[in-house]
Amino acid sequence: MIQLFSGDGPRSRILALILIAIGLGLAFAPFLFPGVRALETAARICVFIVLAASYDLLLGYTGIVSFAHTMFFGLGAYGVALASTHIGRGFPALGAGTLAGLAAAVALALVIGLFSLRVRAIFFAMITLAVASAVTVLVSQLSALTGGEDGLVYQIPRALGPAMRLDLEIAGVTVTGKILNYYLVFCVALVLFLVMLRIVNSPFGRVLQAIRENDFRAEAIGYRVVRYRVTATCLSAGFAALAGSLWAIWLRYVGPGTTLSFEIMLDILLMVVIGGMGTIWGAAIGAVLMVLAQSYLQGLMGYAAGASEAMPILSRLLDPDRWLLWLGVLFILSVYFFPTGIVGRLRARAAR
Amino acid sequence: MTDTLLDTKDLSVRFGGHVAVDAVTCGFRAGELTAIVGPNGAGKTTYFNLISGQIAASAGKVRLEGRDITRRGVSERCRLGIGRAFQLTNLFPGLSVFENLRLVVQAKRGRGTSLLRLAGADREVAREAEAILSQVRLEPFAAQPVSELSHGNQRKLEVALLIALDPLVYMFDEPTAGMSIDEAPVVLDLIAGLKARADRTILLVEHKMDVIRSLADRIIVLHNGALAADGPPAEVMASAVVQEAYMGRELDHG
Repeated sequence: MIQLFSGDGPRSRILALILIAIGLGLAFAPFLFPGVRALETAARICVFIVLAASYDLLLGYTGIVSFAHTMFFGLGAYGVALASTHIGRGFPALGAGTLAGLAAAVALALVIGLFSLRVRAIFFAMITLAVASAVTVLVSQLSALTGGEDGLVYQIPRALGPAMRLDLEIAGVTVTGKILNYYLVFCVALVLFLVMLRIVNSPFGRVLQAIRENDFRAEAIGYRVVRYRVTATCLSAGFAALAGSLWAIWLRYVGPGTTLSFEIMLDILLMVVIGGMGTIWGAAIGAVLMVLAQSYLQGLMGYAAGASEAMPILSRLLDPDRWLLWLGVLFILSVYFFPTGIVGRLRARAAR
Repeated sequence: MTDTLLDTKDLSVRFGGHVAVDAVTCGFRAGELTAIVGPNGAGKTTYFNLISGQIAASAGKVRLEGRDITRRGVSERCRLGIGRAFQLTNLFPGLSVFENLRLVVQAKRGRGTSLLRLAGADREVAREAEAILSQVRLEPFAAQPVSELSHGNQRKLEVALLIALDPLVYMFDEPTAGMSIDEAPVVLDLIAGLKARADRTILLVEHKMDVIRSLADRIIVLHNGALAADGPPAEVMASAVVQEAYMGRELDHG
């Protein structure tokens, strides 16, 4: 099906199996992995797959480094949060907030792009950093509107909340509004992902790759490079905003820490690099690995620390508080051994 | 002259105090291959850059079919019909040979803006790219990334990209530089084949005299950025002034 849809398959049997496993795992997550924690993780994976893929559109396909991706993510999230707060609980608020966030993100990306992409790619990176920092500060200062550091807590339609229970049980799990909410997130994320996969394989997407490879020559064969770069920036911002709206619908809470923080920006960057830049599929794999590591590495380490109590140094190294250290070690190893990312590595293997 | 495709009028560019191209006025007719010669640093490549738009002129005009294009950008000049192959190979290294050509055909046909169609599904573009691929005999390498290609084949592809673009003005900047003796003729045959197109004009920067002798209808000589000679090959090459002052020893060997 995916082959028909974009013509850009995994091109490696191992990769295909991994992707099918991820797809099935996410599609049946509420029933395969019952429990609140697992469902939270699955939803987080769905959202971050879209977010990382939208960043790959920029970084991997167009060769533009941006540090404002979380800002666009945040715009989508705050759009939903503000609309739900002011319009009141309901689907119209979700729709209006999503559209407003999307429009704001695309407009801002257009301005930043037109302003800075004419000059030099490095200039764009710096501008995005400056604008993103300014927006983060602004959001924490404008507490009357945004709730400041505390963020906003709001209500979403009843049908999507845990209190709503259907008289339906599948595989021993009662279907609640939370599960419906999960499927909303999953389905929208799936559609967005497939659309992005389609875009990178379109004539437009190929031009982006040409620009990444050699912008000078792309211009010399007749492509208006600046326009393509600005369009790519706007598209990427739009998809990021949609991911943010999904995240806000799922969390029922929006704050600087969950959407705008620089740590999330780094997470996205690492997801794309570890998964494999310029493949879109890599974003999916990177997002799964990162989110799983963040959610379960600490627990796993606590278990390992307990098991190795006899060896004091090892036990201390495996202390759950050291989980960031080990995450760092994993990153360095993966970038060192898979410079083209997991997808690049697996495809190279399959091509041999 | 009604069939002048491209002409430059008093075209100049200064870099600080240095005049790199100095008031060059010259017309290029359809159906003609003009070789541009001159010692290193004479301003040949800079003159090319001014015509194709990589460098903005300090003074003077560039006209295509009588239309002033001096202030137009690189990509717009390309769409209007000025095509350029580069001295240093300048391809899309991570993409396949076929994709390099496909991108050029896609650019020529103005089909790069579609977001939701599939690039591979455009059979028209693909067929044209395939045709050029076989014309330059690079089919065996179609799926290879350009970065893995030999230097000679990269030069061939460089010329092929320009053929795929099929501009009104073909500009070749030392197309056989660094190619082996048995590889160069393929590229030269391709350029010779283009001369059959009576509605195109070809500009060729070249050092090798045998190449110029076999291809050129006309030679212009640049020296210190200025036009020093202009005429049929035999005449220009025979002129003692040109031989001594501008061509150096290369011509004596040629």
